[in-house]
Amino acid sequence: MSQIIDVAHLNYRYPQQSADDLTLKDISFSVADGEWVAIVGHNGSGKSTLAKNINGLLAPVSGTVTVDGQVLSEKTVWDIRKKIGMVFQNPDNQFVGATVEDDVAFSLENQGVPRDEMLTRVHDALAQVSMAEFATREPARLSGGQKQRVALAGMIAARPRILILDEATSMLDPQGRYEVLQTIQQMKASSDLTVLSITHDIDEAASANRVLVVNDGQLVEEGQPAEIFQHGPALIKMGLDMPYAERLKAALKRQGVQVPAEYLTEKGMADWLWQLISNK
Amino acid sequence: MAIDFKQVDFTYQPGTPFETKALTDINVTIPDGSYTALIGHTGSGKSTLLQHLNALLKPTSGTVTIGDRVITPTTSNKDLKSLRQQVGIVFQFPENQLFEETVVKDIAFGPQNFGVNEADALKTAEKMLTLVGLDDSLLERSPFDLSGGQMRRVAIAGVLAMQPKILVLDEPTAGLDPQGRLDMMEMFARLRQEQNLTVVLVTHQMDDVANYADHVIVMDQGRVVKTGTPQEIFKDPAWLVDHQLGLPKTTAFAQQLMARGLHFDPVPLTEDQLAAALVQQLPATVFGGAESHDE
Repeated sequence: MSQIIDVAHLNYRYPQQSADDLTLKDISFSVADGEWVAIVGHNGSGKSTLAKNINGLLAPVSGTVTVDGQVLSEKTVWDIRKKIGMVFQNPDNQFVGATVEDDVAFSLENQGVPRDEMLTRVHDALAQVSMAEFATREPARLSGGQKQRVALAGMIAARPRILILDEATSMLDPQGRYEVLQTIQQMKASSDLTVLSITHDIDEAASANRVLVVNDGQLVEEGQPAEIFQHGPALIKMGLDMPYAERLKAALKRQGVQVPAEYLTEKGMADWLWQLISNK
Repeated sequence: MAIDFKQVDFTYQPGTPFETKALTDINVTIPDGSYTALIGHTGSGKSTLLQHLNALLKPTSGTVTIGDRVITPTTSNKDLKSLRQQVGIVFQFPENQLFEETVVKDIAFGPQNFGVNEADALKTAEKMLTLVGLDDSLLERSPFDLSGGQMRRVAIAGVLAMQPKILVLDEPTAGLDPQGRLDMMEMFARLRQEQNLTVVLVTHQMDDVANYADHVIVMDQGRVVKTGTPQEIFKDPAWLVDHQLGLPKTTAFAQQLMARGLHFDPVPLTEDQLAAALVQQLPATVFGGAESHDE
């Protein structure tokens, strides 16, 4: 697989920071075309700053970002932004349209897509997130999960190569979170979309092919979700929820039970317990 | 201080084409000293009920008794100040309400509004900052230079500065990272003890209900459909699904084990309860010591 994102020795500092202080320190990683990568880290670790460096909302002090073969610069930033869609934490901060369909059409209007094609793409996108019946409604009157699905419909209509989700599910209730995650999985299944999701949610991280852990502006670890989840209680310090099986393991350990060291899924944990108890 | 609802109905914009009935025949008590969780899916009427707890909304019919004050549809909006002081509401994303130049002034704003002189209010503010686990060095900082979690704590300190008897929390951990959520929930448990507070928690997190609440009110379509202890509420998973609610993670996992033939009575709600129940059933070989590999 070819690399669609390549970040090399990225350093970033905010204008108000002193010269010896960096928010991002020598970050390097690549994302393969079609891959889903989760970036985790506690609040203030630099995750969102990293995302904003990738689509040129912020410019690094040094280092390079290459997206789909183009090195990010003042000249290429507009081309690169066309390839990247971003969905942020608070859906209320990103609505521009008076109705759901106007909002989904916004980026297409910006790109000068012909009206007939625009109508079809908006309609199809809303259908894909199961929001077609809300096309003429006011975005403000939707639930949190519905709002994020409309935001995703905007991305589907614009057809970016890369989707960056910046804590896109963190304000949603469990049902809303589930709906949004389902929608992203469908989007991935129906196109060769690359997804970069910044998250604290264990289910979102588990959906990824690879997890990158950021702490204090540095990339401290990377691995498949199962490798990262082995950390158990230390996951909370990394800004990630503990998978349920790990929480139960920790509780059993406190009771003096010897538990397997490797990461178990919930089913794996249930199998392990059932086997021990049924063979007793 | 207890709050008691009797036959409360509430209708938004009555007599207009936008008339919407939000609460129907609410009869419920929030016991003095309880940690009450208010749960229900989006649009079930939780927020409307919440605004009745300090008379921000008055019932369209029926009465709400808050301590010794009785609120009826005709209660005057005057003289509600003491009520608002006694029932402190922390709304969702309370950090959006910060406005002062410094942290200490922001926290002192509430008490000053209720007639405390500036010097005393500033003194209270200092105490409150410690209470919410923030360092004194933040007192003179601008609240807008703080992290999201710190800003939220400052906003909560502002509510605590009014020294309420009841603390109402509307999804207080939304948008925080896992460590921030845990710290925040532990802080409320500690404050409840130290300050002798009655706590009302509106939440979608069933694990928080299982871990912290002792009383639960379930709402659906503007009605209270069940009240009881967490144990009573979570013992019927099918009923919860019908009302678009989930189970605590432990209870859901215990259900999987029960489907395979294990037994739990009562059904556990937290991982420590489940671990304790499993310890009774696991073979001796899984407990520490070198012998455990001998089998």
